[in-house]
Amino acid sequence: MIDWLLDPVHWSGSDGIPIRLFEQVAISGASLLIAALVALPVGLWIGHTGRAANLAINIANIGRAIPSLAAIGIIAPITQAFDPELGFKVYPTLFAMVILAIPPILVNAYAGVSGVDRELVEAARGMGFRERQILARIEAPIALPVIAGGLRSATVQVIATATLGALFGFGGLGRYLVDGVAQNDDGQIFGGVFLVAALALLAEGGFALLQRVLTSPGLRLAQSSAETPSA
Amino acid sequence: MIDWGWVGDHLGAILGRTVQHLELAAIAVAVGFAISFGLGLLAISYRRTYPLFSGIAGILYTIPSLAVFAALVSVTGLSIYTAEIPLIAYTLVILVRSIVAGFDSVPRDVLEAADGMGYNRRERFRRIVLPLSVPLMVAGLRLASVSSIGLVTISATLGASFGGLGFFIFEGYHREFPTEILVGAVPSIVLAIVVDIAFVRVQRRLTPWAQEQEVRRDTWEGLPSGPSVGF
Amino acid sequence: MARTLEWRTRTGVDTDHGRAATVEFDHVSKVYGPVSARARRAGSPPAPGAVNDLSLAIPAGAICVLVGPSGCGKTTSLKMVNRLIEPTSGRILLGGIDAATRELTDLRRGIGYVIQQTGLFPHQTIVENVGTVPRLLGWPAARIKERSEELLGLVGLDPAKYAGRFPSQLSGGERQRVGVARALAADPPIMLMDEPFGAVDPIVRERLQDEFLRLQEDIAKTILFVTHDIDEAIKMGDLVAVFQQGGRVAQFGTPTELLASPASDFVARFVGADRGLKRLSLSRVRDISLQPAVIGRLGEPAGEARRRALADPLPYLLLVDGLERPVGWLRDIEIDGDGVLTEAMAIPMSPLLSPETTLKDALSMMLDADVHTGIVVDRTGRVSGLVTTESIGGFLRETAVGATPAPEQDAP
Ligand SMILES: Nc1ncnc2c1ncn2[C@@H]1O[C@H](COP(=O)(O)OP(=O)(O)O)[C@@H](O)[C@H]1O
Ligand SMILES: [Mg+2]
Repeated sequence: MIDWLLDPVHWSGSDGIPIRLFEQVAISGASLLIAALVALPVGLWIGHTGRAANLAINIANIGRAIPSLAAIGIIAPITQAFDPELGFKVYPTLFAMVILAIPPILVNAYAGVSGVDRELVEAARGMGFRERQILARIEAPIALPVIAGGLRSATVQVIATATLGALFGFGGLGRYLVDGVAQNDDGQIFGGVFLVAALALLAEGGFALLQRVLTSPGLRLAQSSAETPSA
Repeated sequence: MIDWGWVGDHLGAILGRTVQHLELAAIAVAVGFAISFGLGLLAISYRRTYPLFSGIAGILYTIPSLAVFAALVSVTGLSIYTAEIPLIAYTLVILVRSIVAGFDSVPRDVLEAADGMGYNRRERFRRIVLPLSVPLMVAGLRLASVSSIGLVTISATLGASFGGLGFFIFEGYHREFPTEILVGAVPSIVLAIVVDIAFVRVQRRLTPWAQEQEVRRDTWEGLPSGPSVGF
Repeated sequence: MARTLEWRTRTGVDTDHGRAATVEFDHVSKVYGPVSARARRAGSPPAPGAVNDLSLAIPAGAICVLVGPSGCGKTTSLKMVNRLIEPTSGRILLGGIDAATRELTDLRRGIGYVIQQTGLFPHQTIVENVGTVPRLLGWPAARIKERSEELLGLVGLDPAKYAGRFPSQLSGGERQRVGVARALAADPPIMLMDEPFGAVDPIVRERLQDEFLRLQEDIAKTILFVTHDIDEAIKMGDLVAVFQQGGRVAQFGTPTELLASPASDFVARFVGADRGLKRLSLSRVRDISLQPAVIGRLGEPAGEARRRALADPLPYLLLVDGLERPVGWLRDIEIDGDGVLTEAMAIPMSPLLSPETTLKDALSMMLDADVHTGIVVDRTGRVSGLVTTESIGGFLRETAVGATPAPEQDAP
């Protein structure tokens, strides 16, 4: 595996590690972005209003149950009909990853916001905050650790799972796994595993760091003092 | 678009693959639960082992299932173990956490009351801790079952003797025959959703006192930011 | 119709430090929405109105306490003022203007709101919390900061020490002070306080109550104050509205009126069997007429003093020094007719009371002492008269208007 990783041949060309890494990051980033654009507003809003929460969460849970491979399989024939090239290689994986990423983002946004003390929200309302201001200035900052947890979970899942795209002609790091199996090349398989795991852990670490930076010190203190109650 | 004639001719095979799909998933969850229960007991007896286990589990989750299946071929050859070992391993990650969370969910004052009434540790565990941790265990089983159903489709990469309904997805892809892809994809999605809903029913039965919302939530909050299976 | 008592109802007053406005409930009712299907299945009866035809006029600058058992509609009534809950019918007039006609957030930004759990924002520092409403109102940053620090000082928190802290780094009592400061930030004419001191221990609560009363002397806001604690109501209220189930006012009046003449059995029970004692805590020694003491001076001939003492119904003579400060009691028949009065003859002192001592404290001290008589002294320590248990009893009898419960006055 180390030999395979260190071999300069694998670091250049159209199927070199930088390109594959880029493809993996690109598809993960794009699908997470789409998922976040859909799931965050919905999750925040149902968390704030409590309206349609059951419906949205149940849909999210169903999305959670859909096997990604099956999702790719179902989407492929449809998108291919519109665009034979990208519709076969990119869109199925992209959509399947969006489906995979939406539930954790949506449910955590919902749980985070609806978990904010209702007394606090009413205090804000009583002081004359508008509903949007309550969401943006009170609920979202307080729910931030939970919301970021959802994004973090979605990111790791997507990075690991996007490798399935390689079975359906997409590039990315999954190629090394699929090609390694086909060519019976253990070095390539484990090299690919290493790269995927490293990328996922890197993303997770990045999120953990971001979470720390973005969480108000007041919340961190509140958490630690909740564990050891003070007078 | 769908070749219903093909579907009609292969009803027997579809049924057989469905049964195989359920079998592979059920074995994984059953064995996984047995092992997890033991590990959970270990974790609450020896607290220090738990962070270590969590760490390993976290890394395991970043490794694409595709790669785990492939890597095992060189160790176990093509046997039932090749399919089941990864399936079981992924259930462990979910189940140990939910079992430990279940044990930990018993309020301290309840434990104290039990001690005060003269339960010894065994009795206390059997009569108090175990029943009270059932809801979280079932939540874990739900997640483990659904993700196993998803993972079984990927075991089709091992060859025609595995994969359950996933077999059709792969064969259909290689034969460029959309009907067969859908015959694999749609039922596996239905299977996952049906099992998911069945577990929700069980959860409600077991915790009639919990609000609907709580049932939905703790499924997710068992693993709030933990990475998840690439299924 | 609600009574306005000795308060003149004006639509608004300007005090030295800010503004206050009248608050008037005009036949206000609240029925909570239709019961959910789930609750109906659970067999709960259809909800009667939480508040029924409430009419109450609160003059500007007064503290009006809404007090009553749990679930009687106090919070609902309070929240209808800042329209966190919309009344089902009736009007609420603030400074003479119907609250329903005002723009919602504008209305709320002009009303201070303090709740039991303080509702401080955990992710913001103390100074940010206090500056909340000014920020919503778009004040310049420098003015917000200046105002926030001023208010922290006003509620007794040193800005240098507390401004940068987070709510979780404060004690319960400190958090409540910040809650009050935050509500005052934009100098609202009206404050709503829902069990503001309910979550702190009794000692801290008492201190917060005292400080708040002192603060109110300066700011003179119109304050609606909810509590379920009758003692707090009597202490804090200029006016007290006793609520009964369904948001009905069983009695509305000053604390003294409430205690002296409860309007119904319900009010009498609610204020408690010890309402006589409670009234004592509302009155002070200066409120009752003092009895003259028979005085003997140190060094005075004893025979003369004995004669004076025996002539008075009180069997004691009060011994004082040259500055008329009390030294001790002498029992009249035990005074030896020869020689002069000396300190050695005196039996132990009664408690010394100031005109500011509450009658309740006075009575308690007197019961503890040998002689059931309190000596009232002025600021320089000179005797100004005596208080006896009988004179306190007499005071209670005099001020009790109609000792038997009168029919309910405010309920329809
Ligand atoms: N949001 C609500 N929906 C339905 N009923 C409510 C609601 N809030 C309060 N109530 C009911 O209205 C009555 C008055 O409640 P509340 O004003 O909170 O009483 P208090 O503050 O005096 O304890 C109670 O019977 C309560 O159950
Ligand atoms: Mg209340």
